[in-house]
Amino acid sequence: MSTQALIYLFVGLSFALYIGIAIWTRAGSTKEFYVAGGGVHPIANGMATAADWMSAASFISMAGLIAFMGYDGSVYLMGWTGGYVMLALLLAPYLRKFGQFTVPDFIGTRYYSKVARTVAVICLIFISFTYIAGQMRGVGIVFSRFLDVDIELGVIIGMCIVFFYAVLGGMKGITYTQVAQYCVLIFAYMVPAIFISILITGNPIPQLGLGSMVNDGSGMYVLEKLDQSLQLMGFGPYTDGSKSMIDVFCITAALMIGTAGLPHVIVRFFTVPKASDARKSAGWALVFIALLYTTAPAVAAFARLNFNNEVNNTSYEQAPEWFRNWEKNGLIAWVDKNADGKMEIEKGDPFKGAPDFADGTGPNGHRLLTNEIDSENGNEVYVDKDIMVLANPEIAKLPGWVIALVAAGGLAAALSTAAGLLLVISTAVAHDLLKKTFKPDISEKGELLAARVAATAAIVVAGVLGIYPPGWVAQVVAFAFGLAAASLFPAIFMGIFTKGMNKEGAIAGMITGLVFTFSYIAYFKLMNPDANVAENWLFGISPEGIGVIGMVLNFAVALVVAKMTAPPPAEIDALVESIRVPRGAGDAHAH
Amino acid sequence: MSDDESKVAPADNGAAGAYWRENIRLLISLMVIWFLVSFGAGILFRPFLDQFHIGGFPLGFWFAQQGSIYVFMALIFFYTWKMKRIERKYDLDD
Repeated sequence: MSTQALIYLFVGLSFALYIGIAIWTRAGSTKEFYVAGGGVHPIANGMATAADWMSAASFISMAGLIAFMGYDGSVYLMGWTGGYVMLALLLAPYLRKFGQFTVPDFIGTRYYSKVARTVAVICLIFISFTYIAGQMRGVGIVFSRFLDVDIELGVIIGMCIVFFYAVLGGMKGITYTQVAQYCVLIFAYMVPAIFISILITGNPIPQLGLGSMVNDGSGMYVLEKLDQSLQLMGFGPYTDGSKSMIDVFCITAALMIGTAGLPHVIVRFFTVPKASDARKSAGWALVFIALLYTTAPAVAAFARLNFNNEVNNTSYEQAPEWFRNWEKNGLIAWVDKNADGKMEIEKGDPFKGAPDFADGTGPNGHRLLTNEIDSENGNEVYVDKDIMVLANPEIAKLPGWVIALVAAGGLAAALSTAAGLLLVISTAVAHDLLKKTFKPDISEKGELLAARVAATAAIVVAGVLGIYPPGWVAQVVAFAFGLAAASLFPAIFMGIFTKGMNKEGAIAGMITGLVFTFSYIAYFKLMNPDANVAENWLFGISPEGIGVIGMVLNFAVALVVAKMTAPPPAEIDALVESIRVPRGAGDAHAH
Repeated sequence: MSDDESKVAPADNGAAGAYWRENIRLLISLMVIWFLVSFGAGILFRPFLDQFHIGGFPLGFWFAQQGSIYVFMALIFFYTWKMKRIERKYDLDD
């Protein structure tokens, strides 16, 4: 069977599986729709959380980013795993004991205030939409490269699939579909990683392969060899980053704390039967996530090594087939600056901006560009970092079924995250805005219908953002984590650990953290991108890491304001007492 | 961030209070380890640790891209196990 036929087969089978599960597990009540009835086994929930968490960005982009960032890529690895320790230890068991449906539920009840609830809903919707646009884009990229359809059509197919199981199945359908999606995506990630590790080092375990010797007889370790080859091309060594220590520190912290404050992650811990299961479930989630996250740095290093070996100083006429394939998709480009017909890689940009292809081909058969050449350096090769994972099986000359598997895995990662986010958005609208704020007398049936309508609307908006990605989408992913860290996390944390925190303090804190972080990112990313250099940053902290300062401000303002205003009423004291002990969690239910 | 726990209000007397204090003590020690393996070994002390190697890994680099994640997993499961024991001791388990 040809690779193309295999891709259709694998993707088709995985889609049929997801839809089958959705029909089998569809939701009948709001409780099933919001929190899967509160009866999901901790290990199953751990898998679903892992699939929910690992997005198109984790599956497709992360290893590519690390490949080009080297040590600096550690911010993603530590940041996106360390947050689970905070979740398991500081938030999840207490929120589960609290026992309602959503994050705004907790903030609204703990701070006895509709204003606090509404602020939380606004944070949640903003965070979730930023995130979801990226997922739909990921779906589009996979479809266009592997299934030969337009990105637009790809996004629409993805929307239909997600619509089917998110709207029909609610949290229940999503949870069990995500378990299946986790299996597909982790298998698809590990198989090529193991093959490549064997190819390069002879060690089948990628985590160990990364610390082993290259089996080309040179007697050098993988990282040593990579450091050396990059330095020959004028880059800094792979194992040493270029970001300042304070920036690495703050970005890691912002990603960790942001992870612990992301609503679509937190809500997963409302689905298990007991408070102690919430801890266990966070542990399992991290195990399933760590499997991919400890493999990614190995994939990154192998991919960079392979890429350099195969491309640097090779004449275009002998360029490997995958190079031309991805050039066709516009994700690789080559300009022959010194007209020697060879592709040379060096530090720096080959030309200004993203590639803008002209019609026709050059003397070597490569695609011509209209971009202005950057003549300050000798780099001739443009490569979109997103392709490293997708192209890896081709670069390593793996069989067609592995390539098909990666396509199915990338789609599983993007769809599972999109579904989880859609659910959080629809819950926030139907439950927090409609039922708890504007129309408290709505019936259970009416609320369920509203949740489904909201989910449908959210899918359409997400799809439009995926088809016509506004320029700012890629620019503002930092928003999601920074805002979650600066707004939601401190409010939840103090709600559990500081009995004296009152509504005035929490609201003032959330708004301070939100406004400060939002303004800082908006200034450097949207209004004045030219000023986005280290000299202009506050304490040398980039917009990606500024959420940490926002969080500190949030804590400080909240504590000062709470000191100056009336303490919370006695029943809140009792509420905090009761969430602190695990006994009597019972079902997740509406109070 | 690991010292945020110090802001905790004093808990009431009785089993629930003793349980909570023991929980906080455990939380603080685990969050210190959490901080040391990631922000410590992986970032602040990395330049120093990189002079040592395990296999082909500079040690600080290993902590940043592998080791910290393994410790994170161990921390959560240790906490789960230890909390279950503390809850049984105070008869507060679920």
